[in-house]
Amino acid sequence: MNWETVIGLEVHIQLATQSKIFSSAPTAYGAAPNTQANAVDIALPGVLPVINAEIVRMATRFGLAIDAEIAPRSVFARKHYFYPDLPKGYQISQYDLPTVAGGHLDIVTEAGGARRIGITRAHLEEDAGKSLHEAFDRETGIDLNRAGTPLIECVSEPEITSAAEAAAYARKLHSLVRYLGICDGNMAEGSFRVDANVSVRPAGTREFGTRTETKNVNSFRFLERAIEYEIERQIDVLESGGTIVQETRLFDPDSGETRAMRSKEEAHDYRYFPDPDLLPVEIDAAFIESIRADMPELPDAKAARFVAEYALGEADAAALTGDRAWADYFEATVAAAGGKKATQGKPAANWITTSLAGELNRSGTTIDEAPISADQLGGLLARIADDTISGKIAKQVFDALVAGEGETADAVIEARGLKQITDTDAIEALVDEAIANNPDQVQQYLDGKTKIVGFLVGQVMKASQGKANPKDVNQRLVAKLDAMA
Amino acid sequence: MIHERSIAELIAARATGEFSAAELTAHYLDRIARFDDGLNSLITRTDEAARDRAAALDDGVGAALSGIPVLQKDIFCTRGVRTSCASRMLDNFIAPYDAGVVERLDEAGMVMLGKTNMDEFAMGSSSENSFYGPVRNPWNAAHVPGGSSGGSAAAVAAGLAPAATGTDTGGSIRQPAALCGVTGIKPTYGRVSRYGMIAFASSLDQGGCFARSAEDCAHVLGAMAGFDERDSTSVEREVPDYAGQLDGDVSGLTIGLPTQYFADGLEAESRDVLDAAIATYEKLGARVVEIDMPHTDLAVSTYYVIAPAEASSNLARFDGVRYGHRCADPVDLEDLYTRSRAEGFGAEVQRRIMIGAYVLSAGYYDAYYLKAQKTRRLIADDFHKAFAEVDLIAAPVTQAPAFAIGEKADDPVAMYLNDVYTLPASLAGVPGMSVPAGFSNGLPVGLQLIAPWFAEGRLLNAAHAYQQVTDWHTRRPPGFE
Repeated sequence: MNWETVIGLEVHIQLATQSKIFSSAPTAYGAAPNTQANAVDIALPGVLPVINAEIVRMATRFGLAIDAEIAPRSVFARKHYFYPDLPKGYQISQYDLPTVAGGHLDIVTEAGGARRIGITRAHLEEDAGKSLHEAFDRETGIDLNRAGTPLIECVSEPEITSAAEAAAYARKLHSLVRYLGICDGNMAEGSFRVDANVSVRPAGTREFGTRTETKNVNSFRFLERAIEYEIERQIDVLESGGTIVQETRLFDPDSGETRAMRSKEEAHDYRYFPDPDLLPVEIDAAFIESIRADMPELPDAKAARFVAEYALGEADAAALTGDRAWADYFEATVAAAGGKKATQGKPAANWITTSLAGELNRSGTTIDEAPISADQLGGLLARIADDTISGKIAKQVFDALVAGEGETADAVIEARGLKQITDTDAIEALVDEAIANNPDQVQQYLDGKTKIVGFLVGQVMKASQGKANPKDVNQRLVAKLDAMA
Repeated sequence: MIHERSIAELIAARATGEFSAAELTAHYLDRIARFDDGLNSLITRTDEAARDRAAALDDGVGAALSGIPVLQKDIFCTRGVRTSCASRMLDNFIAPYDAGVVERLDEAGMVMLGKTNMDEFAMGSSSENSFYGPVRNPWNAAHVPGGSSGGSAAAVAAGLAPAATGTDTGGSIRQPAALCGVTGIKPTYGRVSRYGMIAFASSLDQGGCFARSAEDCAHVLGAMAGFDERDSTSVEREVPDYAGQLDGDVSGLTIGLPTQYFADGLEAESRDVLDAAIATYEKLGARVVEIDMPHTDLAVSTYYVIAPAEASSNLARFDGVRYGHRCADPVDLEDLYTRSRAEGFGAEVQRRIMIGAYVLSAGYYDAYYLKAQKTRRLIADDFHKAFAEVDLIAAPVTQAPAFAIGEKADDPVAMYLNDVYTLPASLAGVPGMSVPAGFSNGLPVGLQLIAPWFAEGRLLNAAHAYQQVTDWHTRRPPGFE
């Protein structure tokens, strides 16, 4: 039987606020346990939540970025369950009236397929604390630093059809929230957490199969693998006559498998009701407009502009705009290089996506910590453009700058004496020398094997220690050789 | 005697140097030591802290209520002092912070003498539901003082403090004020900060106070009230000078008597007391009209859905994990939760948690909680319509004076019905008062006055006018003179 896959993703996006969603405690990651939890976060008797206005701005930015409806009135509700890392015995979340509803995200898979994925809703909620089971003998440690950290839970429509699409969607969303400056995107620290709802059904049928929810997927690669595994597992179960159990599953990166965590049949009745401690969030048109006016350029628009303004190909534009830091680096490089954007764009893109990317990859650093600044790289490009150095010499200069040898490309060129020889007499002398020293090759040229001129150019370049301009040398050689014929 | 004087007189006597804050505090602490064993109105005494604070106040420049003693209901968090909510669950809880109300009264210069007894987590109408034992009514020790703020009402009635704080969710200030013969006010929802006030039913809870007269209440409420950014439901609105604006003039005021509040169930003697009080208002120049509040009979069922629902949620934090009672040797997490809560909460609290969890559960939410929100709106609409016609509403507080301890303890429904006259104002969020108006069988009877939202000034002035021409509020229970 042919099967088709239905995937919906729930993504928890941790908002990059200074303080928590309902308290003034800081949100910084990695502090000693329970040092960033105040009276509100640990739910002392008598404390009350007060909404952090910043989260409403962030949710509105997000809503506008996914072309969603921003609810004029949204309501926080209490979701009840007992767990030691949930101090109040309920989580404050949004239930039937979320702040953001009905948006979409346009994705392109690596295979090149373009699709629009609907987003059902994005609601605001607080995170819980952490239970630490390992470090204590027969006891559980509770760290409430994370309790009350603001989250947006973004729920897609169940219309993703493959693991590759799911990964493309997650990557796009990740790129978007970083552009918007609402999330640091750090997946290892849990700032961006993806849960995948996966089901399969016979191809062409309309009814959904029973789904499972896979959690604990903290990289895009794992997401793709986890979904692929889950699809295969479900098909195997169904084809061998079994049924799928609706359950939560955990992805184990070591084995590449998912395993059952808890069955949804044991699910709680959360007893949602509107939180009487909080007023409804009211957002008017003027507020939305003020946020809209302040929106950064988003990846799709930026990529289109890069194609138009910098004459980049679609692939380069997409690669450079996936991450705002890369895009900013690119634009700063071109600006520093001077000259026309349409001329400098392509070489800048090449240097960044090959030499710089390779360097970052090798050293395991991010673009923010790049060993060569956009100003330095731009300065290097300028010297290539004005023929001060050749492309080959430029790589030497690049490596020198990466190694911290000199403040600018000019300084390195000067210090190493890499400037191209522009002294006509000196080049003429080297050209004459090459003709004199290589009579066989000269004869071959004169016999019609004109391609041999490349060999002679090489001799001149070698003699000049690479500092001659190969184009210029070629012209001079050809002129002299043709005159000999 | 010091304890016969009004707060204004105490302030004046302090100003003239007739006595110091230390002497004033010592006087009331002596009375607490003499009388409270019989009343059980206090859970925690803070004698030493009170003496220290009074002495410090004698050294400096005084705030408005400098040196005036006050008792705090044990539902308000007080830094460094046990804040139990009359529950075994919090018997070991020393609050690490002060409630907004506590801060404000502190800033006004009041001296806290201790924490008053109450129904556990403010759930009850008799102050019998306390881990620390029942409070007794100073007018008759065999009777209840009302609840849930029964300790505060009894203490003020007995002259153990000139004023005390309370909270009112469905009548918990007005009803004990009536049963103990003191003046008590529950302001508009949002007028007084709920920060640090241990939550029972968040959409109904409101702090207020008890004192010997409306004028005294005006002084204390003026200091308590005001916006607190730590409470999203507190209202940013200027607090009038309640005490300064009392002129005792009610001429031209229209007072509405809701027919539904004077129907069957109201005890005959209490009815006579109320009729006389209303006649007094007419003599003072007020116009009295009958009004219709057709949804009054929905109040009890509405309240006993909404309040337990919110309570079941608010009390979920008491899980034995971070503070409060934890059962001995839990075998696992489930055992930790169930035994800690079963041991920590009393029967009435458990009953309300179960009712609340039930009405919020899947499949029942619409039929109970959602419907109760709708009927709550109908009840509030009754008040909107009434206040389009009248300036104030006068009504009974209770159907009868204080009942005997134990009399209704086994009949929760009878206990709940006892709140019938106080619940509507709580559900609507309007301010209400209880003013001593006479006696029935030797026990006090209160007159309830209800004003529109944020018209506490009008409410206090109407009560003050009545107290200028009557002396019910000056009567003392025998033995406590």
